[in-house]
Amino acid sequence: MSSTDKNQTVSSEAAPDSVTPEPEIHDSPPSTTSGWAVFMFFMIGFVGSLLSGWILFPELLYSKKEQPIDFNHAIHLDLVYDGCNSCHYFRDDGTFAGVPGMDSCVDCHMDVMTGAPEEVKFVDEYVTPGIEVPWLIYSEQPDCVFFSHSAHVIGADMSCESCHGDIGTSTHLPVYQENRLTGYSRDIWGHSISRLGKPEPGEPKPMKMNDCADCHLEKMGHKGACFQCHK
Amino acid sequence: MKIDRRSFLTYTTAVVLGGAAGSMLSPATWKITDDIAIWTQNWPWTPVPEDGAVSYKQSVCTLCSGNCGINVRLIDGRPVKIEGLKDHPVNKGSLCPQGFSGLQYLYGPSRVTAPLKREGKRGEGKWKKVSWDEALAAVTGKLAELRKQGRPQSVACISGSDQGTIPNLIGRFLNAYGSPNFICEPTAQDAIEQAIYLTQGAQGEPVFDIENAEFILSFGSGILEGWGATGRMLNLYGAGKPARKIIQVEPRLSDTAAKASQWIGINPGTETALALGLAHVIINESLYDKNFVENLAFGFDDWTDDNGKTHEGFAAMVKNYAPAKVAQITGIDQAEIVSLARKFARAKRPIAVNGRGRGFLPGSIDESLAVLSLNALVGNINKTGGVSAMPDPNYTQWPEVKIDEIAAKGMQEPRIDGAGSEQFPNTRYLLNRLPETINTATGESPVQALLVTDANPLYTMPDTAATKKAFDRIPFIVSFSPYMDETARHADYILPNHSYLERLQDAPAAAGNSLQVISLAKPVVRPVYETQHIGDTFIQMAKGLGGFVNEAFPWASYEKFLKKTLADHWRTLNRKGILEFAHDLPEPLAYTFNTVSSKFEFYPTARNRAKQQKGSALPAYAPVPIEGDIQRFKLVMTPYDSIRLSGGYVANAPFMTKTVEDTVLKQQTSFVEINPATARELGLKEGGMARLTTPKGEADVKVHLYDGIKPGLIAMPRGLGHTAYSDYLADKGTNVNMLIGAIEDPGSGLNMAWGIRAKLTRI
Repeated sequence: MSSTDKNQTVSSEAAPDSVTPEPEIHDSPPSTTSGWAVFMFFMIGFVGSLLSGWILFPELLYSKKEQPIDFNHAIHLDLVYDGCNSCHYFRDDGTFAGVPGMDSCVDCHMDVMTGAPEEVKFVDEYVTPGIEVPWLIYSEQPDCVFFSHSAHVIGADMSCESCHGDIGTSTHLPVYQENRLTGYSRDIWGHSISRLGKPEPGEPKPMKMNDCADCHLEKMGHKGACFQCHK
Repeated sequence: MKIDRRSFLTYTTAVVLGGAAGSMLSPATWKITDDIAIWTQNWPWTPVPEDGAVSYKQSVCTLCSGNCGINVRLIDGRPVKIEGLKDHPVNKGSLCPQGFSGLQYLYGPSRVTAPLKREGKRGEGKWKKVSWDEALAAVTGKLAELRKQGRPQSVACISGSDQGTIPNLIGRFLNAYGSPNFICEPTAQDAIEQAIYLTQGAQGEPVFDIENAEFILSFGSGILEGWGATGRMLNLYGAGKPARKIIQVEPRLSDTAAKASQWIGINPGTETALALGLAHVIINESLYDKNFVENLAFGFDDWTDDNGKTHEGFAAMVKNYAPAKVAQITGIDQAEIVSLARKFARAKRPIAVNGRGRGFLPGSIDESLAVLSLNALVGNINKTGGVSAMPDPNYTQWPEVKIDEIAAKGMQEPRIDGAGSEQFPNTRYLLNRLPETINTATGESPVQALLVTDANPLYTMPDTAATKKAFDRIPFIVSFSPYMDETARHADYILPNHSYLERLQDAPAAAGNSLQVISLAKPVVRPVYETQHIGDTFIQMAKGLGGFVNEAFPWASYEKFLKKTLADHWRTLNRKGILEFAHDLPEPLAYTFNTVSSKFEFYPTARNRAKQQKGSALPAYAPVPIEGDIQRFKLVMTPYDSIRLSGGYVANAPFMTKTVEDTVLKQQTSFVEINPATARELGLKEGGMARLTTPKGEADVKVHLYDGIKPGLIAMPRGLGHTAYSDYLADKGTNVNMLIGAIEDPGSGLNMAWGIRAKLTRI
């Protein structure tokens, strides 16, 4: 249906109005809408929506947060004996300790050792008053997800890098992009807002359910059952 | 381009459609849908358990006197679950609903979080938070003042227990201070231990070796409801357990009765008659243990005393309890009585136990004597699977207390409750007599200051109104409760103790246990609030009083005191968590009893016979004179116990109340159980409202028709109707203690009431 047809229908419906005596009421005016203009406005909406969805939306959705201390993984990795496991260890019962607590740090950092500004800040603000550092965890999963590091790292002999990228050799912690709605890190969804393409080598892998399923399908031949992760 | 209304709408539609089409090709829509789903899972009120290192700490559940071993699961140091401790000798891994829900006491809103001083009227609930120094100074000041006035005996302490070092420390405090009035809350054990003392001359806690018995004849003991230590009793049940016959004699189909091999519905309060009737059959048919009766017992046959007076023996006395007569009294079929007596006497390892329900009330001495005599008839005394007395554990060493003149004078004053007096020489505590003594005193109250530890008398004592009246006459009440219970709410000062998971204490196993086990309750978590260990509080109070009282407490803290007092045992107890002493039973033929006759006395010569029927000390059945005019109150009400409700001084945890059926509590209203036949006579229907009236009070209740209760009898559970604690507990149902009274046993002074007359009117 063209806009002209529409116009005619409207004017015929409006016809009874002309019976009324008020002189201000005119007959239906000639159409002012043009097909090009409609197309133009459609495109404005279309392109605007695309631009805001692709560019503006991610900017709005994620807030950027700095970690409380800019931890240097590279320096530490050189000094410890057991690689990642030195601090990110498995407990005796097989559960994974995750981000280490203050008790791991104070073994060395009871006092300032190097005088690096971030270390001084760490000792002054956290070690001395005995406060745990509120680290922001890039790979934090919701409570409804059960993930066993043990099954992957010990059982399947996977390296830490295969999911977490080469964070272990980084000298600065990346900016933590927090999803304003869910509170989780952007790393879970992946940095590509469209989730198209693969992460660059060394980047952490996205950790949505489909990412788990893809890897399981590739490595094990099936995606796995619901209850494996959702207990 | 000219834009009028029509074209404006067209273009707007075009923009919206364009936007919509564009959004299909942008990730925003899909991403936001996904995020909203996750957002809904993370609302702040959705509980999310903390993640962290798992650890376990072993301790003891001291919520009741059972003292079961517990294993507490912690995540990053925060207790998250309580389990029964598998290798603990008392409960072997079992635990009751109260034990399981213990974390709600630690974190729940009913905690007293700091020392409090009353601001408004008593019981109004207006408090001022004060410092520990201020609270201690106020309490110590009051106590010092009473001592200065030369009346230390006017200070009384109501305690939930007299076992372990904490009650002993408090007893020591009162001793050095000069008051004989340490009063322990009553239990069924009070009557049983007195019966054991009268027949065997042994002082100590009664032992029922129920695990090794094969035929358990229970006179209303709520074995499954939590008689003694619930965790221990639960182990009698379940798959793979040794075959055991449990015969439950009870007027109501309780959980124990329902799980028993046989339930014998008896007229309430006639258990003594049945026990003597069974003795009659056993003696008549010569089924008794001849060796025990002839060689090791006294007073079975008629005997002559030093004055040449002949006394009727047990065998002659029970002739009065022929099955036909007993059938009439108890409402049990005559053939049933004979058959039960034969089964009991012929069973391989029979044991008879008493103490109604969970054993909150002592009952009559006659009943305990009659049941004990049944055990003696089958030779079941001091035997594996039998009844014996546990000597005092004696694992602590205390320096002697030196007392000054004021204290010596105070200690010579008679006890306020009359226990140990000429009238009640064998009874240690008579809390049930306290309200009347205070209420009938002329002039000021004989109790000028009351200390309440691990007890909640304003809830647990019968006749709440009289108890409250008595408390109103006491000018100074101090509660040491960790929870805002009814008594704490009515106090002038609350000096809150740590909750049970935060404090250190030794915990001797409950009475009845066949092993002498002392467990160590270790704190599993640092104190959550500004509370203080009750032991430390009393040590500090002693320091504040100075002089000899201070000298009696030469320890800096309870922990130091405990280590010193346990001496050599401390290391074992601290390392293993338990101390076990063998309860050695004497050789069957070699044992002598500590009685006048050196034998088991069927005729308890130590009993004051002047008060008994016909001047004989033998047990006899006389109906307990239950309160109320039979014309006005046609029904009889009896309280009952449930494993899902706590009738004791620590109230239910909210989790427990959740497990109660809606035929026990519906919204805020309690139910009474009534036989359908009786209900029909009264025109009452299932779930209908009725007004329950007893001589002590009245309450609006709902009616539950129950075939498992004798006609004419109605029953209500203990453990509901709290008025304090928190919103999760207060004002739910009716407190049955409010509706019942106490009746003194003439010989012991203990409360022997099992019920009260009542009236139900439809409303």
